[in-house]
Amino acid sequence: MIRLDNLTKVFDTPKGAVTAADHISMEVPSGEICILLGPSGCGKTTTLKMINRIIRPTSGKVFINGEDTTSLDTQDLRRSIGYVIQQIGLFPNMTIEENITVVPKLLGWDKAKYRERAREMMRMIALEPDAFLKRYPSELSGGQQQRIGVARALAADPPVMLMDEPFGAIDPINRAVIQDEFLKMQQDLKKTIMFVSHDIDEAIKMGDRIAIFREGKLVQYSEPDELLAAPRNEFVESFLGEDRALKRLNLVKVRDLASEDIGLVRPDDTLETALARIDDYGYQTSIVMVNAKRQPVGIVSAAVARTTKGHCRDHFQSVPVVVSLDDDLRKVASLMFSNDMTWVPCVDDEGRIVGQITQRSITHHLGSRYRAHSGADTAVGEASPSSSATKE
Amino acid sequence: MPTLNLSGAMRLLVLVAVFMAGIWSQSSGVIDDFIFYLPDIQYLAVQHLWLTAISGSLAILVAIPLGTLLSRPSMARFAESAMQVLNVGTTIPTLAVLALSMSFLGIGTVPAVFGLFVATLLPITRNTYTGLKGVSPALKEAAAGIGMSPGQRLMRVELPNALYVIFAGIRTALAINVGTVPLAFLIGAGGLGELIFTGIDLYDPVMMLSGAIPTALLAIVVDMLIAITAFLVVPRGVNPSRA
Repeated sequence: MIRLDNLTKVFDTPKGAVTAADHISMEVPSGEICILLGPSGCGKTTTLKMINRIIRPTSGKVFINGEDTTSLDTQDLRRSIGYVIQQIGLFPNMTIEENITVVPKLLGWDKAKYRERAREMMRMIALEPDAFLKRYPSELSGGQQQRIGVARALAADPPVMLMDEPFGAIDPINRAVIQDEFLKMQQDLKKTIMFVSHDIDEAIKMGDRIAIFREGKLVQYSEPDELLAAPRNEFVESFLGEDRALKRLNLVKVRDLASEDIGLVRPDDTLETALARIDDYGYQTSIVMVNAKRQPVGIVSAAVARTTKGHCRDHFQSVPVVVSLDDDLRKVASLMFSNDMTWVPCVDDEGRIVGQITQRSITHHLGSRYRAHSGADTAVGEASPSSSATKE
Repeated sequence: MPTLNLSGAMRLLVLVAVFMAGIWSQSSGVIDDFIFYLPDIQYLAVQHLWLTAISGSLAILVAIPLGTLLSRPSMARFAESAMQVLNVGTTIPTLAVLALSMSFLGIGTVPAVFGLFVATLLPITRNTYTGLKGVSPALKEAAAGIGMSPGQRLMRVELPNALYVIFAGIRTALAINVGTVPLAFLIGAGGLGELIFTGIDLYDPVMMLSGAIPTALLAIVVDMLIAITAFLVVPRGVNPSRA
């Protein structure tokens, strides 16, 4: 857990005092990623760097796991916090192994232990230990270097990590890969992380919570879905962008909105049955045909059913589009738009149909959260998490 | 041959010139004259190298800590003016430095070593300072953020990353040093300058060259030795010559 209590930084500049961080109070629960987000010069980096005293706070306190860090020695404090910076900052004079083992060595681990730890870290970040440990940072690509940067920060297994735009200097494709890898690692590691970003999409993807900063002040601190559904003021609203409803699609899984109610036909059913079922369920164009294991094998179109007689098995078309329960709504919406469909069948891990998700359920979900919050702009920050969102 | 390129032609020309010089020096008896000075050359070269070694090591021992000190953030206020003073120091001709040190310290080895020390000090200090200042702020921040103490940051991150530049400074400084030692003869410290200046005074070209050629060779050898040391000492990751 990280708790900031009225953390303030005033810089003396030739133009007078500038308040870079103004009475920042917030709390990051253990095991969560908190994204500090805002335009440049908003105080997010200053706030982050006050936690490990790269910048000394003018006033205020930092608590880590309930302990006031003011009384701790600066070096001891920093060694207990993982630190990743945008410029990566691997030491070019040291091998990868030396870079990763810097903190364990500072903490006085014995040689066998820290060498084994280096190999363990390399496996964790999916780089072959024997191929990389003896090389130098300049021999690695940017993406590999930042993976090592993360490994170095994690080497001594600190409970808390500070990350200052860690993936900002990496090309977009690699960035997405590293973000995914990092989230996967975080599922096991459960570190408490403060993460500075200026990229709203990264924040929504990575953050359990997002703190929006403006001119040194914390404007809004809430969960991503909450933030997108109920921005506190116009600044937050404009920062999130006009497509913020679409951004929420990333945050909701098919599982949350899928309805078990789906009309299906089997190969043995007649086309009359199919037509009747299409009408029953209100499908306009077609119905899904499944095999004995409830796996989709094709679709029977209404046009065919209306004009032809016979069994479904003789008159079906290509395998329909399906989504998995763990896909996010962004993918669903994209499939719906590109295939001109108003509903999509959902399948489980074995490919069996378990329900459907409709365009209406998606728009209703997004819309209901807005309706619930319109006119209640004081009730931000404390609202319930997204998992309790309305179901169709 | 139409395909003979420029560097090939140059090489051929040099070989021919060396060969001609060999024939001339053998037939005119110059080689015998040189051999006459051989014991002098040996004795004076050792003396010459001692002057370089003592003044050079003293300069390195003082300049690196001095440059390091000036590069510390707490010294930032004085550093630029101190570097300016050093820059002015570099512009004073070495002969003048030797003359000045003779007027305070008399004649002999001590004032010579002192004069050479002053001439050698400046390039090393300047390169140490520039090298340390040039270490990327991101590296220093990473080192601090990771929990290194200021001393650990200096020894494990800043100095290793500045080492290549520092060695470049040492190389320049010692090249100047070896080349300046002949002047030390003028204030009574010996060295190969004895043959050079006496040769000039007596209008004896062979004697002069018996001093000048070994001086040039020593400069080249010392330069190579430092290059080799730099190659071995500077960590591979920050050593352009080992990339």
